[in-house]
Amino acid sequence: MAVNYGSKRIVVGAHYGLRDWLAQRVTAALMALFTVLLLAQVIFSKGPIGYDKWAGIFSAQWMKVLTFTVIIALLYHVWVGMRDIWMDYIKPASIKLVLNVFTIVWLVACAGWGIQVLWRL
Amino acid sequence: MTELASKQRPKRPEFRNINALSDLPSYRLPPAGWVSILHRISGFIMFLLMPFIIWMFDTSISSEISFEKFKAAFNIGMLGLPGFLWKLAALALIWAYLHHFIAGLRHLWMDVSHAAVSKEFGKSSAIFTLAASIALTLVLGAKLFGLY
Repeated sequence: MAVNYGSKRIVVGAHYGLRDWLAQRVTAALMALFTVLLLAQVIFSKGPIGYDKWAGIFSAQWMKVLTFTVIIALLYHVWVGMRDIWMDYIKPASIKLVLNVFTIVWLVACAGWGIQVLWRL
Repeated sequence: MTELASKQRPKRPEFRNINALSDLPSYRLPPAGWVSILHRISGFIMFLLMPFIIWMFDTSISSEISFEKFKAAFNIGMLGLPGFLWKLAALALIWAYLHHFIAGLRHLWMDVSHAAVSKEFGKSSAIFTLAASIALTLVLGAKLFGLY
């Protein structure tokens, strides 16, 4: 098998980056669908929305599973987007590494919090 | 040969990175350019305010007591900051989400349709994105601040 690591690593060519590009779009479509589904439940509920109705939307098992999936999709989507921003504007590799690590820590912490809130409901 | 080598060559043009302060203010962006940079900025805002978003999700959904805490933050205030500042933060998130959402749908549409990849559609859809996100932000902002 041809060596594709170290100094022989192929850094350009077809399909390089395609996976992240596609993942960003697929996760975006999933989150857009979630937005529409959530909005529909809010808009078509009768009467003013208090705590009971709002919490009721997320208490259904299918909604919990969907919200969980959306949180994971969001995690990946934001990672791709933030990495793009750091890659474009931050030149020194050291600062870029620090910002990338910060992004991962920030996102994993937020996702963990969100999932905890969702599953103790 | 020596004559040729010692001859002064004309200075070749240098292309450096654009300077944010001296170059950017004089750049005039087309509508699609505004949508593009605002897509980044709105995404960045939502990334930074993500703990606030999850705090809202947490307090609004966990219990009736926390729900009251959620409402009080916007009506009375929280952490020494008045309520309207928290409403402004929420309004910034509303705009960011609307812009990111509509601009994202525009992106997806351009990815699947060859007909959408044209100069004309690029411009008209960009203007639509900017107008729709701002208009919806104003409508929801008026509701948030209790104007209707």
